[in-house]
Amino acid sequence: MRSYLKNMKTITKVDYATYLGVILAFIVVTICQSQGLVNRSVSGMLVPICCYVCMSISLNLTVGILGELSLGHAGFMSVGAFSGIIASMSLQSSISSELGRMVIALVVGAVFAAIVGFIVGIPVLRLRGDYLAIVTLAFGEIIKDLINCLLVGWDENGLHIALNVDGTKSMSTLGLSENGIEIIKGAQGATGNDRIATFTMGFVLVMITLIVVLNLVRSRTGRAIMAIRDNRIAAESVGINVTKYKLIAFVTSAALAGSAGALFGLNYSNVTAIQFDFNTSILVLVYVVLGGLGNIWGSIIATVILYVLPEALRQFSDYRMLVYAIVLILVMLATNNPQVRALLGRVIPKRKGAALDE
Amino acid sequence: MSKQFVRGKMVPVPSHSIIPERDIDKSPILECSHLGIDFGGLRAVNDFNLTIGRTEIAGLIGPNGAGKTTIFNLLTKVYQPTRGTILLDGLDTSGKTTAQINRMGIARTFQNIRLFNNLSVEDNVKIGLHNQEHYSALTGVLRLPWYWSREKAAHDRALELLSIFGMEDLANHQAGSLPYGAQRRLEIVRALATNPSLLLLDEPAAGMNPSETAELMENIVKIRDTFQIAVMLIEHDMKLVMSICEGICVLNFGEVIAKGTPEEIQSNPAVIEAYLGKQKEA
Repeated sequence: MRSYLKNMKTITKVDYATYLGVILAFIVVTICQSQGLVNRSVSGMLVPICCYVCMSISLNLTVGILGELSLGHAGFMSVGAFSGIIASMSLQSSISSELGRMVIALVVGAVFAAIVGFIVGIPVLRLRGDYLAIVTLAFGEIIKDLINCLLVGWDENGLHIALNVDGTKSMSTLGLSENGIEIIKGAQGATGNDRIATFTMGFVLVMITLIVVLNLVRSRTGRAIMAIRDNRIAAESVGINVTKYKLIAFVTSAALAGSAGALFGLNYSNVTAIQFDFNTSILVLVYVVLGGLGNIWGSIIATVILYVLPEALRQFSDYRMLVYAIVLILVMLATNNPQVRALLGRVIPKRKGAALDE
Repeated sequence: MSKQFVRGKMVPVPSHSIIPERDIDKSPILECSHLGIDFGGLRAVNDFNLTIGRTEIAGLIGPNGAGKTTIFNLLTKVYQPTRGTILLDGLDTSGKTTAQINRMGIARTFQNIRLFNNLSVEDNVKIGLHNQEHYSALTGVLRLPWYWSREKAAHDRALELLSIFGMEDLANHQAGSLPYGAQRRLEIVRALATNPSLLLLDEPAAGMNPSETAELMENIVKIRDTFQIAVMLIEHDMKLVMSICEGICVLNFGEVIAKGTPEEIQSNPAVIEAYLGKQKEA
């Protein structure tokens, strides 16, 4: 019993510290905002930061916990963003509460991204090797092109959807009535959205994402997922259905990215599909890798720092991707350097079991 | 060796194998008939017939490359056999996956240790308990009361299983950082956690020193007696094989060259030839 409690303590200590850190950060920022200490450019960044934190936590579930490389995470964000916008715009007349529409949009975004994640995952996750990286890379591009020719409008008769594949259709072909709203206009994206996303909602979403991912990892399901990452053959030999648990991890990750996307979409009056391109996927992957694979609080900190840094150094913004590449290489070199590791080992308390290494 | 391992009398069963006398009125746990697999043009295993009793400790020996591990891989469906059938507890296993085979009752260890190196010793055993302490992913995420009771049960069971090898104190250590012998023992514990009726051990004593091997021998017999399961092991340490195995099957170039009790095997000319080579006539 004593060792049970001790074990629970070591596991949950890190988790609770993560929750506490996020809550403290939220409280500090809220107080600063109410005192007028936060300028416009910073407060404009708060919701996107929350979105990207959710993105990197959810991508960490696929890359760090499951151990599969996904290069199209922004695709799920895109699915979530546009389905969330459609949901919130079409419910504008029937639901007056912004919070209500916001919550519905997040749920719709998560559900659609989960469905798409399931469709992408089911053929690919049965395979071994790097297929997921290749397919998700293609998926990100396909979603971008699909949404680029998507026309969606809403009137009393319901949703009007058309795919402008050959370039001959326009919003008028949807045949909206006079009171109709044009929601997505092909390559122009979604314009004239309600900006209903709030920092509080962003904070709540970060907490939900954290709770889902951390509780999943500390459960039987999470252990099965990590077992597949560590040794697939051994995982099969103890009776774990590998495809099922890969799918659970991947679909959960996609759903969380979808709700993060919905929040992101509802924070801007204009959203285009180009915003969720390959660069965005790589950006989130950089957050995850720099924060440490499988390390959730690391992802959060890396995301906040790397999101704020380029914005703070706006004059260097053109070189942002270049700086990212260099930082990525330097961090990888540093963390693989035995001397740096020894130094870190001295600063950070020794991991259990290290004494047994001889 | 202080402890002597007492073997029962062996009796023949219809499929031309022998099983211990105490198991004869129970149906055998494993029946392989005419099992074979080809890799391209190579016949890796051919016409392999074996019957194992409910509580038998069986040995599978043979020179390097004889196809011993291939047989384990066939039994656990890492490879699907080209020919033949495998009956586990009377049930046909054809078309099953490795995970399904485990749920049907075969657990195994690996020649090259395959632990979940980044996880703790306790988590490794808990992963073995995956299908024993069951709750859904949603229950886990929402941490419903059922989650806590199942997790507590899994924890208690994991420590109980670890205590077979006296490894409770290592529960919080990282599995990959354990010494070699402890890793081998942990693999056995993890396999036992899946509640098997047949335990396959692939070179359990490899890399162990004589005293560790002696301890392992006692523990294998102890495991058989406590859990009342059958054990089949591949091993090159003849002292271990000859002292604890009741039935031994000798394999060479994918074919069974001898089957019998340790005494029969030790005096079998075909076995001596396979191991030592043919004696040149003067």
